[in-house]
Amino acid sequence: MGIREILRVPDERLKQVSTPVARFDAALQLAIAELEETRLAGPAAVGIAAPQVGWFERVVIVDVSTKKGASNHGHLILINPEIDHWEGYEIGREGCLSVPDYTGNVIRATRIRLTAQDPRGEPLAFDLEGYEARAVQHEIDHLDGLLFIDRVVSRRTDLFRRKVYAAQAASSGAGVMQPGVSQGQGRDRS
Amino acid sequence: MLTLVGEDRPGIVARVATTLTEGGCNLGEASMIRLGGNFTIMLMISGERSGPDLERLLAPVAAELHLRVHVDPASGGLHRHLVPNIQVRVIGADRAGIVAAVTTALAQTGFNILELESDVAGDAERPVYIMNIQGCSEQTVESLRDAVAGLHAQGIAVDIAPVETLIG
Repeated sequence: MGIREILRVPDERLKQVSTPVARFDAALQLAIAELEETRLAGPAAVGIAAPQVGWFERVVIVDVSTKKGASNHGHLILINPEIDHWEGYEIGREGCLSVPDYTGNVIRATRIRLTAQDPRGEPLAFDLEGYEARAVQHEIDHLDGLLFIDRVVSRRTDLFRRKVYAAQAASSGAGVMQPGVSQGQGRDRS
Repeated sequence: MLTLVGEDRPGIVARVATTLTEGGCNLGEASMIRLGGNFTIMLMISGERSGPDLERLLAPVAAELHLRVHVDPASGGLHRHLVPNIQVRVIGADRAGIVAAVTTALAQTGFNILELESDVAGDAERPVYIMNIQGCSEQTVESLRDAVAGLHAQGIAVDIAPVETLIG
């Protein structure tokens, strides 16, 4: 057990795409324990992803239960997580252990459906929303080599017009978008 | 703290930044925005140059691009960010006094504004004033809402919400 060093921007390794976990063995359990120990040692992080400590496998830990009022599923250890449904979107402010002394506004899906495996390899499925959904999206981005600073938007140009657009989309029955790299800025209005 | 104001056109930041860099200046935090068709920027500069020296350095590019230059000595530094915990959205039919009314109500609670952006939307006949503020407050959201409650009667909608900064 031990606290691992957190990689910080502009470390190129943070842009690496992590590989799926194949072996659910004792080494995995130890690495998860170290990842959690590292998360808890830093400034109040609600999540951490393996690549942040230089471990390039698809493992994230999220726990928003300490945030007052946030709907949550407790302490989540997610191995090989996949989001297969996104719904709605909203702006929220994010920071990151790998990006010290900076916070910015990021668009994330409001609700997501998630599949993953637990540390023993058993399948998991969750419907997540709000702050917890945001945290999971932030951490899964790390597995794909993305940081929140790759998705920061300007509030001035995005917030109010976006709200109008969201209302229009809801009334016309559309409202599902899949935030990805290509539309991570959310500018697609087609 | 360097302030530049002038008519907007493409390439101003590039020209100014290049002039400053070649003049041995370091650029810190900056905020550029187009306001009513005007180019505006404020940026932190560090280096050996005095204020008048900096103005002399920028004089040729300022003259060419029709920019007004203003330099203030500033004691601030980098890495002094405060993280906002409250967001205030204001929407009202445009009229005199909205900013004064809202910010005075907030100031009386000890609210510290970190960012304020405002814009006039709608059209010439029915302009709508929209303002977005982020800042720090030690008061509860409920007490801040109470503090601005009187503004609703004046036709100003003020929405106060917590900002939960996610660290992941």
